[in-house]
Amino acid sequence: MLTAIEIEKITHELQQVPVKKAACIEALKIVQQQRRWISDESVEDIAAMLEMSTAEVDSVATFYNLIFRRPVGRHIILLCDSISCYVMGFTALRQQLQSLLHINYGQTTTDERFTLLPNACLGTCDHAPALMIDEDLYRDVKPEDLEKILEKYS
Amino acid sequence: MERPLTQHIPDSGAALHIREYEAVGGYTALKKVLREMEPAQVTTLVKDSKLKGRGGAGFDTGMKWSFVPMDMPGPKYLIANADEMEPGTFKDRWLLEGNPHQLLEGMIIAAYAIQATDAFVFLRWAYKDAAREMRRAIADAYTAGYLGKNILGSSFSLEMQLHTGVGRYMCGEETALLNSLEGKRATPRAKPPFPQVSGLFGKPTIVNNVETLSWISHIVNNGGAWFKSLSYTADGGTKIYGVSGRVNKPGAWELPMGITMRELLEEHAGGMRNGYRFRGALPGGASTDFLTEVHLDVKMDFAGVTAAGSRLGTGTMVVLDDHTCPVGFVHNLEHFFAQESCGFCTPCREGLPWTEKILWSLENGTGVPADLDLLEMHTKMLGPGNTFCALAPGAMEPLQSALKYFREDFEQHIKEKKCPYAHHQH
Ligand SMILES: Cc1cc2nc3c(=O)[nH]c(=O)nc-3n(C[C@H](O)[C@H](O)[C@H](O)COP(=O)(O)O)c2cc1C
Ligand code: SF4
Ligand code: FES
Repeated sequence: MLTAIEIEKITHELQQVPVKKAACIEALKIVQQQRRWISDESVEDIAAMLEMSTAEVDSVATFYNLIFRRPVGRHIILLCDSISCYVMGFTALRQQLQSLLHINYGQTTTDERFTLLPNACLGTCDHAPALMIDEDLYRDVKPEDLEKILEKYS
Repeated sequence: MERPLTQHIPDSGAALHIREYEAVGGYTALKKVLREMEPAQVTTLVKDSKLKGRGGAGFDTGMKWSFVPMDMPGPKYLIANADEMEPGTFKDRWLLEGNPHQLLEGMIIAAYAIQATDAFVFLRWAYKDAAREMRRAIADAYTAGYLGKNILGSSFSLEMQLHTGVGRYMCGEETALLNSLEGKRATPRAKPPFPQVSGLFGKPTIVNNVETLSWISHIVNNGGAWFKSLSYTADGGTKIYGVSGRVNKPGAWELPMGITMRELLEEHAGGMRNGYRFRGALPGGASTDFLTEVHLDVKMDFAGVTAAGSRLGTGTMVVLDDHTCPVGFVHNLEHFFAQESCGFCTPCREGLPWTEKILWSLENGTGVPADLDLLEMHTKMLGPGNTFCALAPGAMEPLQSALKYFREDFEQHIKEKKCPYAHHQH
């Protein structure tokens, strides 16, 4: 069931577009903002509201890197794994993150605090290697900085 | 040396506020256009300046605008492509975060030229600071009467929306971007019809890069001859160049179009870091061919880089040093392209993961001589004309040039059955 807030926000989006389907990505964003991820049930609810088939909504939901179709933690770590960060040593960051959090790419810590994901170029290649946690960008990161950075997120 | 696009961006990188922008002449070009110019005159002015798109392909901007059927009734759209997800590319971020009104003013003038009714900034999700600044800039522009109904008392009206994406490299390809804006998967569309005729929701649509649109107010204020005079070569204007990798001062700089690779590397990027030697560079982001030491005097404009066998692309260079494995470097790139392939056409969907796998086996010491032939085959099978969009051919550019310039490295991996580089990374 979509919440009243979700319905209100999606209705607002529907007013901005000429056909209902065009609000699909926005609707997914809205629901994900409220629940952190998109469950099968959410896909069905959005489909019903936008008069689309669930398969159609799912095909959009699974296409985009930042729509999560599985549960994620409270904080998302996006580690840049693209070329400038490769040259400048993101591998060491990945190893350090994996050993601090005891998780691999795509996994969530048992306390649901963090999910670790690789991410394409964050557009800050002159300050590589870089990573993002939720809305915060960290640049020129060294493995030894990571412990302090992670402490900021509860 | 003039730096029209970036001169007013504060050193802190913080965004120029609307009042500060106006104080340095911001929005005077818009006023001039609305008072004194017909839409067609604006297009002609941009055409005469020979401004070429800064999004990668270098297509003539005024020419693109002139394909819009002006007598078509109904809405028309203008879109700023602010997706910037090409690895190694970080130039638009500077303009978006530092001078959002310069982009908005360019967009409003461009929208006037094609008589667009609605404009969108298609911004990638990861650019949180840019999103905040753009949102504020759009609100301020509405309040000041530069957007909305009857702009500055003229008969021209324009609505502007910020759209933030949900992450996919393909969203930057202009027809895939349109599908994404329509709420769909970001797969490309067949051309023709071109977006200029049938774009967003089937209506005439212009998609331009952020750096391209940031030029428009300056060209209106100063004219095409001035624009050309900023450059060292036939392609007018300045260019935002960037260098990343093991150089002393990685960064981005606005410099005259046509500056040499050597000058960029040595004077602006401060040369290679101590203990590292230059082996090559992708001159314009992940989907361009390597250039090497013999190309250091190549002029970094569209024609110059093309003549050297690569592309200017986004003008942001990624440097390969002698401690980094060229095979690992290319493997990283192909991993990106394989992941970001939209999967719509078979050669790309199947060929890129195959390419990635072969490179991975070379790195792991299990490669065989026939692998090099397979890689060569892929550079042809996924080359121009065989796939639906430019992602796959773009993916083949660094690979084909690496096979040419760093052949001995590939062969050494096979012979020694391991990656010969100490800094073995994946
Ligand atoms: C896979 C792919 C990704 C692209 N990504 C971008 C991008 O992020 N930003 C951009 O401006 N152009 C990008 N382009 C180029 C656009 O399709 C288009 O040519 C450009 O936005 C046109 O703007 P311009 O004429 O001002 O250069 C991409 C092209 C391809 C094939
Ligand atoms: S070349 Fe690749 S990205 Fe382009 S349409 Fe084909 S599958 Fe999609
Ligand atoms: S390659 Fe990591 S920020 Fe660009």
